[in-house]
Amino acid sequence: MKVLVAVKRVIDYNVKIRVKADNTGVETANVKMSMNPFDEIAVEEAIRMKEKGQATEIIAFSAGPAQCQETIRTALAMGADRGVLVQTDAELQPLAVAKLMKAVVDKEQPGLVIVGKQAIDDDSNQTGQMLAALLGWSQGTFANKLNVADGSAEVKREVDGGLENIKIKLPAVITTDLRLNEPRYASLPNIMKAKKKPIEVLAPDALGVDIAPRLKVLKVEEPPKRKSGIKVKTVAELVDKLKNEAGVI
Amino acid sequence: MAVLVVAAHDGKTVRSNVANAVTAASQMGPEVHVLVAGSNAGEAAKSAAAIQGVAKVLNAEDAAYANWLAEDVAPLVVKLAPNYSHIVMAADSVGKNVAPRVAALLDVAQVSEAIKVEAPDTFVRPIYAGNAMATVQTADKIKVVTVRPTNFKAAATGGSAPVEQIGGTGAGGLASYVGAELSKSERPELTSAKIVVSGGRGLASGENFKMLEALADKLGAGLGASRAAVDAGYVPNDYQVGQTGKVVAPDLYIAIGISGAIQHLAGMKDSKTIVAINKDEEAPIFQVADYGIVGDLFQIVPELTAAVEKK
Ligand SMILES: Cc1cc2nc3c(=O)[nH]c(=O)nc-3n(C[C@H](O)[C@H](O)[C@H](O)COP(=O)(O)OP(=O)(O)OC[C@H]3O[C@@H](n4cnc5c(N)ncnc54)[C@H](O)[C@@H]3O)c2cc1C
Ligand SMILES: Cc1cc2nc3c(=O)[nH]c(=O)nc-3n(C[C@H](O)[C@H](O)[C@H](O)COP(=O)(O)OP(=O)(O)OC[C@H]3O[C@@H](n4cnc5c(N)ncnc54)[C@H](O)[C@@H]3O)c2cc1C
Repeated sequence: MKVLVAVKRVIDYNVKIRVKADNTGVETANVKMSMNPFDEIAVEEAIRMKEKGQATEIIAFSAGPAQCQETIRTALAMGADRGVLVQTDAELQPLAVAKLMKAVVDKEQPGLVIVGKQAIDDDSNQTGQMLAALLGWSQGTFANKLNVADGSAEVKREVDGGLENIKIKLPAVITTDLRLNEPRYASLPNIMKAKKKPIEVLAPDALGVDIAPRLKVLKVEEPPKRKSGIKVKTVAELVDKLKNEAGVI
Repeated sequence: MAVLVVAAHDGKTVRSNVANAVTAASQMGPEVHVLVAGSNAGEAAKSAAAIQGVAKVLNAEDAAYANWLAEDVAPLVVKLAPNYSHIVMAADSVGKNVAPRVAALLDVAQVSEAIKVEAPDTFVRPIYAGNAMATVQTADKIKVVTVRPTNFKAAATGGSAPVEQIGGTGAGGLASYVGAELSKSERPELTSAKIVVSGGRGLASGENFKMLEALADKLGAGLGASRAAVDAGYVPNDYQVGQTGKVVAPDLYIAIGISGAIQHLAGMKDSKTIVAINKDEEAPIFQVADYGIVGDLFQIVPELTAAVEKK
């Protein structure tokens, strides 16, 4: 079966972001961009399925500006077979991304879609669940372990109280959690090979999807700063402060 | 129009964060209803009826709802949605799983992890691990919102709302529940504990977490951890505090052997008082700590445990 993985281009997790002075968003010019870490986990999982003979082809999907090609190339260098970019400079919200992905799923007919549980920029944690809803498919969210066999998948999920096991029918949407696997680095020869792998570029219009944002961002601000505190020398001093100054023990 | 809070529960009582979600919901509309869907969830429905500010509880009984599979619960919420201005869920692992599925079926956007209700259509939500706060406005007729429980005070109990039985929507057959491996603990639940003791890679082994357990037990505290400690297998995944784990805001948060990466700070920097114990005086955790103590945790923690009085 084909596996479709989503790869989102986000500000690298090591970058300390800055809010724009005019409060319209976050500064993205001249900032290091990378693949969303959860999506690296998604790509890795698909590659492992291919290595086990469970997946025949891996398609890496991204939506956003032309530079998302770089993100797709990273997925191709890791081991995906080809890419699909829905190119737009417009702001994309999760419902729109899910609709674009649905259009690509309708065309490509994958047996499984793997996305990150959350993009580390907007932190929405929505896209996979929305896609599953639009397709009428099952969803294995926050996956800690995935086992695919005979038209169904066993998913171990990271939930509030620990872990939960469910069995879902395929086709399905999986969203990755941190412990699903440890993504590989692309080797230099594979990076070279990836340059020759095809990337199809589509326009949202061509897919017949309305991507107009539903949420209007009125402003983006800095969070309130915490006052930095003091260093204490001894445990006795700490206990005294907690008791008599903070009043918390 | 009324606001519908969709409650997660264990069959006996609704989760404590439902009381926080009710507070958020009451800021969105004039009347709050709570949906308790389950199989033998009558007791849980009664516990929801006791939350002050709840005007009505809808109790949907169906075997399909026993384990909160999103595939089966979402259609029920979608069926009820036209009667409501907002669908609200706490942003926990149930809300995060179910709410986006509901939103997409309704063809509306979802506002994730609202921390403030500015107006019934306008919400503040953290983005970039809480390093920026976005104020977003939605024009959708039905607004689907998950709320961060720690940012809304829990509504008091003592109410007595009527409980109305409603029909279920059955099982769709897409997913089935196999079982759970839940962490057993007598300690207070992490997200609602008044004190949280949290350990990081500095603990160096799962065995060493026993030291934190001793401190936590003395303080009546919940136990948390950094991602590094979870990834290393020192503690189970549900201990993780942070951007991609749990968000906590206790009166006292004690970070032990945790460096203070932004992803970790995202989950605890709203705590009232923060204590950091770390041997590296440059560790970023000290920038948010009210009280820092530089030194070896293996020496400091037992000393601290001995010095505090048992709660
Ligand atoms: C204040 C603000 C400013 C914004 N500014 C911009 C902007 O300047 N430019 C812009 O493009 N967007 C902008 N956005 C949109 C935002 O960054 C996200 O693209 C969008 O809201 C999707 O949310 P998410 O990625 O957090 O979804 P999530 O649901 O958290 O994402 C989960 C997973 O879905 C998949 N996924 C999501 N989006 C994509 C994608 N585009 N391609 C491939 N896979 C994807 C990934 O697998 C990801 O791991 C802005 C949003 C806000 C709130
Ligand atoms: C996509 C993504 C999501 C993430 N989500 C989260 C999240 O939700 N939560 C989270 O916590 N992290 C998250 N992280 C990871 C985060 O970036 C850090 O790697 C992690 O928080 C580090 O954990 P730590 O502080 O325990 O370890 P380290 O950074 O290794 O720090 C260990 C600290 O212990 C101190 N120490 C060592 N020995 C002693 C001793 N004997 N006595 C005293 N101090 C000692 C050291 O000085 C050091 O400061 C995420 C990362 C990514 C990429």
